[in-house]
Amino acid sequence: MTGRIHSIESFGTVDGPGIRLVVFFQGCPMRCLYCHNPDTWKNAGGTEMTAEEILDEYEKGREFYKNGGITATGGEPLMQLDFLTELFTKAKGKGIHTCLDTSGIAFTRENAERFDVLTDVCDLVMLDIKHIDDAEHKKLTSVSNKNVKEYMDYLAEKNKPVWIRHVIVPGITLNDDALARLGKYIGRYRNVKALDVLPYHSMAKKKYKELGIDYPLKDTPDATKEQALYAREIILKNIRPSL
Amino acid sequence: MSNAQKAEWASFTEGEWSKTVDVRDFIQKNYTPYEGDGSFLAGATENTKKLWDMVTELSKKEREAGGVLDMDTKVVSTITSHKAGYLDKDLEKIVGFQTDKPFKRSLQPFGGIRMAQNACRENGYEVDPEIVEIFTKYRKTHNQGVFDVYTPEMRLARKSAIITGLPDAYGRGRIIGDYRRVALYGVDYLIEDKKRQLATSLVRMTSENIRLREELAEQLRALDELKELGNIYGFDISKPAKNAREAVQWLYFGYLAAVKEQNGAAMSLGRTSTFLDIYFERDLKNGVITEEEAQEIIDHFIMKLRLVKFARTPEYNELFSGDPTWVTESIGGIGIDGRPLVTKNSFRYLHTLENLGTAPEPNMTVLWSTRLPRNFKLFCAEMSIKTSSIQYENDDLMRVTHGDDYAIACCVSSMRVGKEMQFFGARANLAKCLLYAINGGVDERLGIQVGPRYRAVEGDYLDFDDVMQKYDDMMEWLAGLYVNTLNVIHYMHDKYCYEKLQMALHDREVKRYFATGIAGLSVVADSLSAIKYAKVKCIRDDNGVVVDYEVEGDFPKYGNNDDRVDEIAANIVESFMSKIRKHHTYRRSIPTMSILTITSNVVYGKKTGNTPDGRKAGVPLAPGANPMHGRDTRGAVASLSSVAKLPFKDAQDGISNTFSIVPGALGKDDKVFVGDLEINLDEGCCEGTVE
Repeated sequence: MTGRIHSIESFGTVDGPGIRLVVFFQGCPMRCLYCHNPDTWKNAGGTEMTAEEILDEYEKGREFYKNGGITATGGEPLMQLDFLTELFTKAKGKGIHTCLDTSGIAFTRENAERFDVLTDVCDLVMLDIKHIDDAEHKKLTSVSNKNVKEYMDYLAEKNKPVWIRHVIVPGITLNDDALARLGKYIGRYRNVKALDVLPYHSMAKKKYKELGIDYPLKDTPDATKEQALYAREIILKNIRPSL
Repeated sequence: MSNAQKAEWASFTEGEWSKTVDVRDFIQKNYTPYEGDGSFLAGATENTKKLWDMVTELSKKEREAGGVLDMDTKVVSTITSHKAGYLDKDLEKIVGFQTDKPFKRSLQPFGGIRMAQNACRENGYEVDPEIVEIFTKYRKTHNQGVFDVYTPEMRLARKSAIITGLPDAYGRGRIIGDYRRVALYGVDYLIEDKKRQLATSLVRMTSENIRLREELAEQLRALDELKELGNIYGFDISKPAKNAREAVQWLYFGYLAAVKEQNGAAMSLGRTSTFLDIYFERDLKNGVITEEEAQEIIDHFIMKLRLVKFARTPEYNELFSGDPTWVTESIGGIGIDGRPLVTKNSFRYLHTLENLGTAPEPNMTVLWSTRLPRNFKLFCAEMSIKTSSIQYENDDLMRVTHGDDYAIACCVSSMRVGKEMQFFGARANLAKCLLYAINGGVDERLGIQVGPRYRAVEGDYLDFDDVMQKYDDMMEWLAGLYVNTLNVIHYMHDKYCYEKLQMALHDREVKRYFATGIAGLSVVADSLSAIKYAKVKCIRDDNGVVVDYEVEGDFPKYGNNDDRVDEIAANIVESFMSKIRKHHTYRRSIPTMSILTITSNVVYGKKTGNTPDGRKAGVPLAPGANPMHGRDTRGAVASLSSVAKLPFKDAQDGISNTFSIVPGALGKDDKVFVGDLEINLDEGCCEGTVE
C-alpha cells in the first residue's frame, strides 16, 4: 500500500512531544478560512510513499528522535485511514511513539471498527477543535463539527490521551463566550492531557497567491501572543471552574 | 618543590604536577565536579556595573569614531612596551590592557609593516616614519620573508583566490599558550624548567637543533618580560598564585603578554574555568571570599577579554564579517575517568553573559557530551535561549583523540593545551577548483591560465566520469601548491614573527598540526550531483571558456540526508585530504583539514564564477560544511545528518555547520507539552504557529 504524502519535516518540535518526524498527508475535506497549508487540500497529488519508505526516513534520524517519535498531520491524515493505520502499526512494531494530529472530521460511528485498529497503534491524538459552535464551525471550515465531537467521545471511551489544539483568530474564535463554552466542553473529558492555544498568523498568504487561491482572511489581523494567552486563560478557567 | 610553593599550594593534593609541569594532573587531582544548578550564582556588583558602564560609553565613542578610538603609531608593541593602563584602577579586580589605556590599539609590525600601515591609514592614523623605516630597511618582517620566496604560481593562485585567506601578511594565530601554568607555578619555576630544557637539548648543530636552541632562548627572554609585565602592574608573578584573584590575574597576564606580542588571526584562551575553580573552591572553603566576590573576579576577567583589540584593515574585517579576536574559551566536557569537568566556575563564566550582557567575545565554547550533568545542560540551554552567545562542540568526538585537556582555537580547531600547536592556513576553494578542472586551469573570472594547462572538457554537456577524472587531477595540483605555499608561510612566521611567549607556555616537544582548510564543499557536491543525475549544459564565452551552465532536470542536493549526493561530499573530503597528506609539511607537522568558513565564505563566493549546480557568480558559498542556502528542504535533522556523514578522520581540524532557527521552531517555551494538564494548568503560555 502507498500513501499520498505532501512532504516530510525531519525536525518537528511543535507537533507532539520531543523531536519528531512529521509526515504531512495530502488531501483534506475541510476548507478552514485560516488554513496554513492550502497546498495539502487536493486529494490528488503528493508523492506516493510506502510506510517502509517513511520509516526509513525515521531510521536515518533515529538518534534525534529518542524522546520524540512520528507525527501524522496534513492535510487530514484520517482521509487515508488504511495507510495511516499501516504506518502506525509498523511504527509501533519498531517501538516508535506515534501521534496523530487531526481535526477528527473523518470519524463516524459507522467506521468505528476501523478506528479501533488505528487507536490501538496510536499513542497520542492532537485534536484540533476549530470552533465549539456548530454554525460557526460550518462558517469557518465548510463542515459541521458533529464528527469532531463524536470522535472526542470515542477517544474518551478508549481513554486515549488527547491534546486539544485551538487556533485563535480575531473576530472568529477570539470570543469570550465561545472560549468559555470550549473550556466547559473540554472539562468533561479526563483523557485530555494538554491544551495548546495557537495565535493565527497570515504567513500562508504567499502560498495562496502561488496557488491562485483568493486569501479568505484578507482583512483579519494576526492574533497576538497576548490574545492567545488571554484566550487560553478563559478556556482553562472553564475547564476547572474551581481554579 | 620550594618552601614558598608549599605555602601557595597548601591544601592541594600533590601529584606528578608538583614535581613537573603538568596542569592536567593538577586539575584531575584537585577539582570538584559540580552537578547542581545555577541558583548559587551572584549578580553583578556595583563596581562591575560601574566598570561596564564605562566600557559601554567607550564602545559608543569607538563606534561614533568609525570603529577605532585610538591607535598607537609610535611604540612597537612588545610584552613590556607600555606602562600600566586602567579603566578605573580602584574598581578593577583584574587589571591589564594591551597598551597604556583601554580601546587603544597596539602597533604590531612584525607580521608585516604594510599591513600595520594600512590598518592605521584606513582608520585615519599614520605610523611613525621612523618605525616604517626600521621595519623596511633594518628589520625584516614575516610578510617580506614570504614574498621573497613565493613562486609566480603561488602569487597567481593567491590573486585568483583559488587559495584564500593566507596568513602571509599578518599573524597566523591559532596557538594557545597554557596560561594556567603562570598561575600554578609562577614564572620563576617556568624559567627554571625552560633552562633545563635548553641545557638538555641536542648539541649536534643541525639546522633543526640550532633553531630549537634559539627558540628556547627566545622563550626564556619572553618569560623574563612576562615577569616584568607583572611588575608594571605592581604584581610579583615570579611565584605561584596564592588565591583565586591572583590565579586569575596571573593567568590573564600570561594571555595579555600573548596579545601584546601577537596580532594573530585567532588568539584563544584555552580551557581555564575548571582549573581556576580549584582556587575559588579553596578560597570559598576558607571563607576568604564570598560568591559575590568570586563572580566579580570572573566578571572583571571576562570584561578584559572582551576588550582585546587589534589594529586591522577594513578588508580583513570584511573577510571575517566584523572585528573578531577569537578569544575562545572551552568549557565543560567529560574527563577520561568519566567525571564531568563541569565546576561552579563553568557556570560563572557563562553567567557573565547575564551580568555583562551578551557579547561575541570571548567565544564561550561548551564541550558538549551526552553525559554532561543534566543541570548544566539545562543551564546552557537557558543561557543559549537568552543570549544566543554560546558555541557548542562535540566533546564525545574530540576526547577520543585529544584526551580531556584540549581546547579549541578559533572556532573549531582542537589541541591539547601546552602540548600541541598548529600551523593555521587559509582555505583551498574547491568550488573554483572544479571550474579549473572544467576549463583546463583557466580562471573563469580573470580569463588567464592559473592552474596547469590540462585538457579542458569538450562538448556541450558535462559527463560525470570525465569531470570527476579531471577534477581529481586538478585537486592533486591544488593540494600540492597549497601545502607548499603554507610551508613558506610558516617557515617565515617562525623566523620573523615567532610566538615566543606562547611557545614558552608549551612543552619543549610540541606536536604540531598543519591545519589546511577547504571552502565550497556543498557547491562541489551539488555540482557533481547535477552533472550525474541531471543534465548540465556548458555555455562558453568567445574564448571557449565555460562561464555558465544550464541545468536540465532535478538532482539530489546535499543537506537532505540523501546518500546519493552526501557520499559525493564525503568522498571529496576524503580525497582532498589524502592528496594533502602526500606532501611534505613544515617541521614534520601532521596535516589536518577543516571545513569551517563561518563568514569568509561570502568573500570566497564573490571570487567564484557560475557553478554547475546553478549557483550564480558572486553568490556566497555556504559557510563551512553547510548545505547551500535553501536547498535543504527536509528539515534540520536531515540537514544535520548530511553534514554528520563527513568523515571526521579526514577533517580533524573541525567541521562547522552554521545553523539558525527561529525560537518558535524549537518547541513551545513552557511545559504545555510536558504532560498532565492538571499539573500545568497554572503554567504555560501559548507560543507556536498555526499549522
